[in-house]
Amino acid sequence: MKIITVNFVTCAVKECKTSPSSFPLHFHDAELELQEVDFQPEFIRNVIPRIDWEGLRATANELGFPSLPESKPEGEALNNEQTLKDLHRLLLETQVMDGKLVCGNCGHEYVIKEGIANFLLPSHLV
Amino acid sequence: MLPTPDTSHVSFDTIYEPSEDSYLFLDTLASLSESQWLSERFQKGTSPDSASNAVPLVVEAGTGSGVVLGFVAAQSQKIFGRQDVLTLGTDVNRNACKATRETVSTAIATEQKSPEPSTLKTVHISSVTGDLCSPLRPGSVDVLLFNPPYVPTEELPRLPTAAENDPAVSESMSRSAKFDQDTYFLSLTYAGGADGMETTNRLLDAIPGVLSDRGVAYVLLCKQNKPEDVKEQIRNWVGWNAETVGSSGMQAGWEKLVIVRIWRS
Repeated sequence: MKIITVNFVTCAVKECKTSPSSFPLHFHDAELELQEVDFQPEFIRNVIPRIDWEGLRATANELGFPSLPESKPEGEALNNEQTLKDLHRLLLETQVMDGKLVCGNCGHEYVIKEGIANFLLPSHLV
Repeated sequence: MLPTPDTSHVSFDTIYEPSEDSYLFLDTLASLSESQWLSERFQKGTSPDSASNAVPLVVEAGTGSGVVLGFVAAQSQKIFGRQDVLTLGTDVNRNACKATRETVSTAIATEQKSPEPSTLKTVHISSVTGDLCSPLRPGSVDVLLFNPPYVPTEELPRLPTAAENDPAVSESMSRSAKFDQDTYFLSLTYAGGADGMETTNRLLDAIPGVLSDRGVAYVLLCKQNKPEDVKEQIRNWVGWNAETVGSSGMQAGWEKLVIVRIWRS
């Protein structure tokens, strides 16, 4: 599971969807693996508009990555190769193999095993 | 004809084997009319900071073997007119998630080979175990694909629990318990309950919440699902449209299949 995934998912519990604290889900005990992907600057430039920047900053911080710029890169900053390479490494090359994703609203833990997160809920939460 | 993704690594004990419905999905999305429509909707702007440059997120709910998502990922240039596309798959069966991850990555690697490393290539961001779109953030999906369990059945199988997808549990099962579990997971791939629509209706209900402003969904229906009624129901949502964009050639037989495109208009 690539890190970028966390920017597109949220708690599966219906009541949590409207709560701001259900996004992003928080990594606990994450085991990371690096899988090299060809660096495509244009791809990263086109990914940036899709990113919830505050959410990604929180995720990068939790995983111990160097902190991201305070605001989303735009204009000239999109030509900064180092910024694009850092984002490429974080979003597309870093895989979470094992660990948990935890909802900040209800506390439910979603287990990640062999790179596959399990969002199925126990019957009392469906 | 564009190549069908390789699924020779998939064990069909608990996973739906690609069939007529899967192939109708591939043919419809690759058809001239549909790929033109999609390429127009997702084409990049003329300047490097056009809003439309943002990469589309393509999600398939219930991926099974991953043959549909793998095809769309590998043929992204033909279908969307661009290769900078992200794909994500969900399935209630963990085995299907593992199968999909391999099918999609292999299909991309096979079809998007390029000697130039900076050439854009589709990226499969993950396969997650989950019910339909329930793990997805509202407003995040640009293209949603769904080949449902559409066969009318007396009962709708319940959803599996996280524990039933725990590889440690199924490894320690007896042969007969494993057989029962495999049969149960296979039933989830086809059994649709009343009118074959119980699961599809839940997916349709989720569409307005999960699709982005430029979002579009493709849903396969069989004749017994009453596709004309389904389209009418969607057209009653404010600001939405639905149209049949593909159908199987068979005129007789109860399993006449159609693919309906649902989009914000």
